[in-house]
Amino acid sequence: MSSQSTLAIETSGLVKTFGETRAVDGVDLAIPQGVVYGVLGPNGAGKTTTIRMLSTLLTPDGGTARVLGHDVVKEAGAVRSRVSLTGQFASIDEDLTATENLTLLARLLGFSRSQAAARAEELLAAFDLTDAAGRQSKTFSGGMRRRLDIAASLVITPDLLFLDEPTTGLDPRSRNQVWDSVRAMVALGTTILLTTQYLDEADQLADRIAVIDHGRVIAEGTTGELKASVGTGALHVRLVNAETRPEAAQLLTRALASPVFQESDPFALSVRTDDHERVAGALAELARSEIAVSDFAFGRPSLDEVFLALTGRPAEDAQTDQEDAA
Amino acid sequence: MTLTSETTATPGVPADALRKALTSQIRPSRPNPLTAVRVSAWRTMRKMKHYGVAVLFDVTLMPIVFLLTFTYLFGGAFAGSTKEYLQYFLPGVLVQTVIMPTVYTGTALNMDITRGIYDRFRTLPFWQPATIVGSLLGDIVRYVLALTTTMGVGLALGFRPDGGMGGVLAAMLLLLLFAVSVSWIFAALGVVAKAPETVSGSSMLVMFPLVFTSNIFVEPETMPGWMEAIVNANPVSNAATAVRGLVHGDASGADIGWVLLASGVITLIFAPLTMHLYRAKSRQ
Repeated sequence: MSSQSTLAIETSGLVKTFGETRAVDGVDLAIPQGVVYGVLGPNGAGKTTTIRMLSTLLTPDGGTARVLGHDVVKEAGAVRSRVSLTGQFASIDEDLTATENLTLLARLLGFSRSQAAARAEELLAAFDLTDAAGRQSKTFSGGMRRRLDIAASLVITPDLLFLDEPTTGLDPRSRNQVWDSVRAMVALGTTILLTTQYLDEADQLADRIAVIDHGRVIAEGTTGELKASVGTGALHVRLVNAETRPEAAQLLTRALASPVFQESDPFALSVRTDDHERVAGALAELARSEIAVSDFAFGRPSLDEVFLALTGRPAEDAQTDQEDAA
Repeated sequence: MTLTSETTATPGVPADALRKALTSQIRPSRPNPLTAVRVSAWRTMRKMKHYGVAVLFDVTLMPIVFLLTFTYLFGGAFAGSTKEYLQYFLPGVLVQTVIMPTVYTGTALNMDITRGIYDRFRTLPFWQPATIVGSLLGDIVRYVLALTTTMGVGLALGFRPDGGMGGVLAAMLLLLLFAVSVSWIFAALGVVAKAPETVSGSSMLVMFPLVFTSNIFVEPETMPGWMEAIVNANPVSNAATAVRGLVHGDASGADIGWVLLASGVITLIFAPLTMHLYRAKSRQ
């Protein structure tokens, strides 16, 4: 075990290009051990590429990266022995059962036959898969598959675990199970770097967050700091009729004394505000002006809004620009 | 929007079991290459077991259809009588039987690469080519199944090997060696192809000319000179001739020697090429 003073991850000017695209364009990170660190960004922002470089699956084209004190290029072997990656797409053999998958990996890591069997059983119990142990994993639900994939990353307890969008595409119950596992792992001393597209998820789990866009870190801080930079709350309104949006926008701007963000959905509007009373008044005013509202919500700012605040443009743009780059 | 409370654990995540699993400090030393190969071969065989009879259908349906149609439709015309033709044709079908499923090695390898488990393997400390070598060896089970089934059908239809049981066994061993060497070609293709369908699709471009421009179906004597030359140069013809010789008890050393040489040359070219491509793939 290295001392807590060694950073879990330290990168400086990290670059990866694919043809013309600079998928990662000078990323600097300093992540201490023992925390959950969130990397937040839209599709194609460079999250997966960054994580693949840090886990030695891709070689950087520029800059340096040290993981638990080891250089990811010169000491790739040392890095690999202490980190583990659960990728965005399940890296399990779907033809094999859950037990066979874990046994296979344990044996390839050097466990003896009996050690491998015991370890597989232990991990299946830990991720609530004991009942499905003998089933081919292609029959698994998305949540079970993801849990098996995480279990597969823990055959040897890693000091640092990379989770690439661990809850994308999962139903709420499965997502909560993954979240609970993440909390349990960090409580036991594993450092976790997770990427996500959801501010909500980063908010729930991460001690610190880096927001990344077009391959660059555009904001970094605790969840509190990040939220303060975009306002703590927002009113989301969805209209029945898209044509009433300009009128509704005007009205809300006046009522809430705050700029209105017209979302990419032509029926949707949002306004950053913390003022409950004014929100109630604004909604009442919409009703008086006979602008029909199909639903509304008052809550945390969405990733769209964080992006607007940080970049001056909605996250959707980044998505279409770089979709192919990931 | 609040969807979860932070204090109550979701039912289904057993905290104690998770704690136990995460405090494990087993750090074994890396497995030796032989173990890694054995484990990979085990994996291939387990997959086959899960597919069950489907594997058998996959690999024997085609040869049996060929066996029946060629023997009973064309056999009389080719060789005077169907019985006579079967004596000539069955050893050829055995070659076809064992050559066709070598493509699976390539598709399986490509599936690993395109579907993510390859990334997991790359971060593990074992001798990396073990996954390829292991799957090649595991596939021998498939070839044995295919060969024995086709042979069984042949015997039922009236095929009589003059070389006896010993000749048949020797022929099968030679074919296994030949098949493993040919499967290296598809392993190489499996590493470079973009999708498993590309491997199986393009394999047909290799398979059909290789199988049909051979002496599997008919003696090349009646062909035009240029075609006869092509057929005689085809290693599949050499294999068919050697197998015919072994099962009928009149194989010449040269017939067998040619097959061994072809197997050796194919392996010497495609095994290192596959390994090189596989390693190069990880250095992106």
